[in-house]
Amino acid sequence: MINIDHITKSFGRFKALNGVSLNLDSGRTISLLGPNGSGKTTLIKSILGLVIPEHGTISVNGQIVKNNWQYRSQIGYMPQIGRYPDNMTIEQVINLVKEIRTDISNYDEELIEGFELKKIQNKSMRSLSGGMRQKVSACLAFLFSPEILILDEPTAGLDPVSSEFLKEKMVKEQDKGKLILITSHVLSDLEGVTSHIVYMQDGSLLFYKSTEELQEITGEEKLNKVIAYIIKSQKKQNKRSI
Amino acid sequence: MKTIVKHMILDLVRNKTILVYTIILAVLSTSILAFDSNASKGLLSLMNITLLFVPIVTILFATIYYFNSIEFTELLLAQPVKRPAVLLAEYIGLSVSLLFAYFIGIGLPILFIVPSYAGFTLIITGILLTLIFSAFALLIFVMFKDKTKGIGMAIITALFFTILFDGLLMAFIYSFSDYPIEETVVGILSFNPVDLARVLMLLKLDVAVLMGYSGAVFKKFLGSSAGTIYSLSLLMFWMILPLLLSVRIFNKKDL
Repeated sequence: MINIDHITKSFGRFKALNGVSLNLDSGRTISLLGPNGSGKTTLIKSILGLVIPEHGTISVNGQIVKNNWQYRSQIGYMPQIGRYPDNMTIEQVINLVKEIRTDISNYDEELIEGFELKKIQNKSMRSLSGGMRQKVSACLAFLFSPEILILDEPTAGLDPVSSEFLKEKMVKEQDKGKLILITSHVLSDLEGVTSHIVYMQDGSLLFYKSTEELQEITGEEKLNKVIAYIIKSQKKQNKRSI
Repeated sequence: MKTIVKHMILDLVRNKTILVYTIILAVLSTSILAFDSNASKGLLSLMNITLLFVPIVTILFATIYYFNSIEFTELLLAQPVKRPAVLLAEYIGLSVSLLFAYFIGIGLPILFIVPSYAGFTLIITGILLTLIFSAFALLIFVMFKDKTKGIGMAIITALFFTILFDGLLMAFIYSFSDYPIEETVVGILSFNPVDLARVLMLLKLDVAVLMGYSGAVFKKFLGSSAGTIYSLSLLMFWMILPLLLSVRIFNKKDL
């Protein structure tokens, strides 16, 4: 589905991505993990064409991302920070995106109903809390039933009920054979949702494995313990090599 | 693109800054035009207000607005749309809203109180200045990643064109006053859209001589109609150039 081939991106001297190659197939929910500044958001933005890598190619369903815009019709994107024009209402924001996407007339409004946004659709974006804006962003990402969903910290500002609802929705979409790419720091939130984990560090790919595989290697059940185990063993290895 | 423009205007007509800008312009223009018995003098005062206010307010407001909507721009760019379309839609939406404010604040009072050819020229001048400085703001937005630096640059640009440029020109004229430099001055003036707008206006008001050296020079060298065409086309150039540059830079920009 998404083919990432040796992409490199630097901001000044800082190498945000250093020769990352990945093959992301449909039907998977892939968690993109890594410490702050490891290049997660840069990778996502490169897939969306918001950041232009210096080297390497990315293709989505065979379409090269560079100098292309049509491929984005297959992607639903939920940004980390949702900021909208102050005086627009929820309804206007949703209508605006709907009108941009003239290619699609069937809308998936499950999240809009689940988050009960219809009741407050005349509120201006300025008056909304961070969590409410997050909900609007989530609705926009799922609205056109895209083949690929890219969610940047989707549950960061949500209350437990909404977060659970969003996770259920993700599982449903995955069962339909879609590719979901999530970044999150809250590992417990991803429990039961993710099928694969991509771990990044300092702009390079550390590993890309399925959760079962990782559980087997580490002998741990919980996701955060799995990750903690791997990071610890890595540090040991580093020490030994020194 | 039309959709984005439409929604941006819907957002901006409810913006408080635009509302205050409209009201201030309206109060200034009606009071000046109503209390001055001489229409030509009234228009002259209004011209000075337009030449100072419009560039500064436009470039500051536009720069802040572009930087504040960067996250929303990202969201729009994640949709299947072309980059230049989003950028130009934002430019058009913002400019139309500011033009609306200018037209209500200064345009309507002129049309009602002193409907004349000169008044009409003043309206055109304000429209062009709004379009030009909103394009400058767009260029600043695509060139700077940091909002604070961008706003600083906007202030410098506005002050340069409204105040500093004329000061430098004066210094130039004084130091070379022994030489025939009129043609050079005409050339130098072309580098400042605010001065071009002033000349465009003065040629209509027949007070060119009263307005100092630059007006007199333009009147003498270009005559009325040729001067108008010259300054109008240069003003258009000043609008199109930053727009083209913005689109070019934006196509390669990392968001």
